[in-house]
Amino acid sequence: MLHEYIEKIRPHFEEGGKLKAFRSVFDGFETFLLVPNTTSKSGVSIHDAIDSKRIMSFVVIALMPALLFGMYNIGLQHYSYIHAEASHLTMFLYGLCITLPKIVVSYAVGLGIEFTVAQWKHEEIQEGYLVTGMLIPMIVPVNCPLWMLALAVAFSVIFAKEIYGGTGMNIFNPALVARAFLFFAYPSKMSGDKVWISTDQVFGMGKDLDVVSSATPLGQAANTAFENSAEFLGSMDFSSYVIGTMPGSIGETSVIAILIGAFILLWTKIASWRTMVSVFIGGAIVGFLFNVAGPQTTIAQIPWYDHLVLGGFCFGAVFMATDPVTSCRTEKGKYIYGFLIGALAITIRVLNPGYPEGMMLAILFMNVFAPTIDYCFVNNNINKRLKRAK
Amino acid sequence: MSKLFSKDNQKVFLEPLNINNPILIQVLGICSALAVTAKLEPAIVMGLSVTVIMAFSNVIISLIRKTIPNRIRIIIQLVVVAALVTIVSMILKAFAYDVSVQLSVYVGLIITNCILMGRLEAFAMTNGPWESLLDGVGNGLGYAWILVVVGGVRELLGSGTLLNIRLIPQSFYDAGYMNNGMMTMPAMAMILLGCVIWVHRSFIKE
Repeated sequence: MLHEYIEKIRPHFEEGGKLKAFRSVFDGFETFLLVPNTTSKSGVSIHDAIDSKRIMSFVVIALMPALLFGMYNIGLQHYSYIHAEASHLTMFLYGLCITLPKIVVSYAVGLGIEFTVAQWKHEEIQEGYLVTGMLIPMIVPVNCPLWMLALAVAFSVIFAKEIYGGTGMNIFNPALVARAFLFFAYPSKMSGDKVWISTDQVFGMGKDLDVVSSATPLGQAANTAFENSAEFLGSMDFSSYVIGTMPGSIGETSVIAILIGAFILLWTKIASWRTMVSVFIGGAIVGFLFNVAGPQTTIAQIPWYDHLVLGGFCFGAVFMATDPVTSCRTEKGKYIYGFLIGALAITIRVLNPGYPEGMMLAILFMNVFAPTIDYCFVNNNINKRLKRAK
Repeated sequence: MSKLFSKDNQKVFLEPLNINNPILIQVLGICSALAVTAKLEPAIVMGLSVTVIMAFSNVIISLIRKTIPNRIRIIIQLVVVAALVTIVSMILKAFAYDVSVQLSVYVGLIITNCILMGRLEAFAMTNGPWESLLDGVGNGLGYAWILVVVGGVRELLGSGTLLNIRLIPQSFYDAGYMNNGMMTMPAMAMILLGCVIWVHRSFIKE
């Protein structure tokens, strides 16, 4: 039925049709809804059963548990702050109303730019934004204004993606570039203790609040003097960090929801388990080293297992570090790439007083080095084989 | 010697402003262009200082070009530029102290500005003083207008002001608008400069 409809409206979009200007949009939707039956005409190609639009859809499905829990958590944090009773459904609906505009803005701006570029360059629409557009709303604080989000999306799509040649060519993860842009451009809205809990009233739900101050556990740790560290460490609650009922960016709080997503990604073999596992190993080892011989600060005394479930560590490890475009391509390289991300993230967290969270900067930093790591391994391999040939 | 405002001389003056701009086409002098453009005022002062120094050093080198031994010409050029930079730096300290504090080492670093050395080597050593003057002023202004554009955008979006006069009204801030902190960082200057080059190249086809 869908197929018949698309065939029916096709003539409008072809050369000479009245909607010619929207050819690329039509093309994009057609290939999104139906698997295209054209294959590449040049050279010998091996085709997988699923194409990249289907891969992207799987990643979006994998993101769903974290997103849905994030919505619930927004409601939970809001209602527990105003000390009001509310059913779980109300909490979820409240979070939904807060989150949905962000997702809509992210997709509208990002896809708008992608469609324009595709039309202008007479190319196919590239599918990469499907995932990026979902990731961006999930890694910003709840109180991030929509216009900031739109600006960050525009910046990252143009300067982190289109400039390099579009999906598959980018050096940096576009979603993280969007967050980094917000982080450096509007620091007061991106970190600190007043941004993690929604203060708005939507559709009669919730209550308008003037100023809410609630820091993430990492933010609290960064501000706790070393003398009080024992008290702070005692108040840490591993199980709530795992379940995710703590303040934080929308999608990053619940480890369980993220692990469900990780399972989907690994089961469909979209993400590499090598990267994922080595991020956690890197983080654990460095976290442990700081526990044993770290500086005299509260944040260095956070047990290494807590480090792994706090902040954006899990989310970054599962959804950001494994991005097939910006991570290492060689199998051995993935171990090093992942390990250094984990290690750097914890190091930035502990040693840098300015940023309580280090995952974003660690991944962006390693994005730069991924090609170098690949180059070393590929060359190493070539040399080995040359030696064998002699 | 050709007439004062002949076709050739006009070309010498106008080319560096646009189709042979030192920053946009030759991509020289980027370091200082990124460092001093966080606000419009230092950008203007820097642009003018470079223009003045470039004009005078071009003329001086051009006047003595036949007596300069070829082997030590770079040293002589440097001495001339260094003397002029010191004079300009002292004048700035005397009459515009605040700006000179903002510019800090970058006034002194005009000595190492690639545009200056490039023009002295490529133009003043082989041309007469009048042409050299035009070339120096042209290149200086070509450098200055890019600085002013980048500085203006960065100050307007980064601090909401131009020449320290508030342009974005308070009502905007009350409505939730915020200054873009990234604009005050050199990284954003790099991106803006890239955008200016991008726009320029899409208009000028070589």
